[in-house]
Amino acid sequence: MSDIPHIGFIVAAYLVTAAAILAMIGAIVVDYRRLTRALDRLDAAGKGDDAQ
Amino acid sequence: MANLANPTVFLAVTRRALPWLALATAALFAVGLWAALLAPPDYQQGETVKIMYIHVPAAWLSSFIYVVMTAASLGTLVWRHPLADAAQKAAAPLGAGFTFICLVTGSLWGKPMWGAYWVWDARLTSVLVLFILYLGLVALWRSIEDPGRAARAAAILTLVGCVNLPIIKFSVDWWNTLHQPASVFRLGGPTIAPQLLWPLLIMALAFTLLFVVLHLMAIRNEILRRRLARLTMLAAAEGDALARRFAAGGSGA
Repeated sequence: MSDIPHIGFIVAAYLVTAAAILAMIGAIVVDYRRLTRALDRLDAAGKGDDAQ
Repeated sequence: MANLANPTVFLAVTRRALPWLALATAALFAVGLWAALLAPPDYQQGETVKIMYIHVPAAWLSSFIYVVMTAASLGTLVWRHPLADAAQKAAAPLGAGFTFICLVTGSLWGKPMWGAYWVWDARLTSVLVLFILYLGLVALWRSIEDPGRAARAAAILTLVGCVNLPIIKFSVDWWNTLHQPASVFRLGGPTIAPQLLWPLLIMALAFTLLFVVLHLMAIRNEILRRRLARLTMLAAAEGDALARRFAAGGSGA
């Protein structure tokens, strides 16, 4: 593999893309968990609504 | 379709559809990456052409997401669709993310091919402007507390910024740029060999489906955020009313 010209640029491009995509997925999943936990706390306190 | 305007229906539909869409996205990425790995080297670029399988889909998405946001802005300002501003707000960070991928991978392709990471070429500069627009929209949403005002301001800025889309598309035709002209979606058909084109199209589909999945998840978060804000305000109002009742009872005793 290391004989391929410019392999460092190719690997770096794929790594940056993977990191950016994982960061986007991670941010959305973490936000979802935070929101559902907060809504569950409100529900447990009897402040939730039935629409959920 | 109109039923999806109801946030509760939207949540129920996305709960059922998201696992299947995510599975299809993962399968398309697996096939696309395998096809990209097996694709032959380009006669000029050599193996560096493999960067195109992520750069080109990210570039297409960076413009496509802005088109989605423009449609959502019209939905906010003209039709006052209840989910339009949520869709617009949810798309902005994703647009920034895919435009970032486009800029970085383009830069990593440019160094070995052009001899420079960056040139102030019309295509590169207009995509950089798009990236800054996305960041500006994210900042605008965060800086205005009232969601209604934030939605209107973001919608107006999005509509103003959509003038950049034809500039990005036609910059390679209007000006003498280092960036190559369109080679896939052009009159007269693609100029790319089919062995290189197929992996590119599969990767483009995978990236687009990934955006759809992430956008649906982010809109769902936005609906939950608004529900949480409403319930928190209700709880605070109930708390205030109770406190006032206690205070009134205390002063009367």
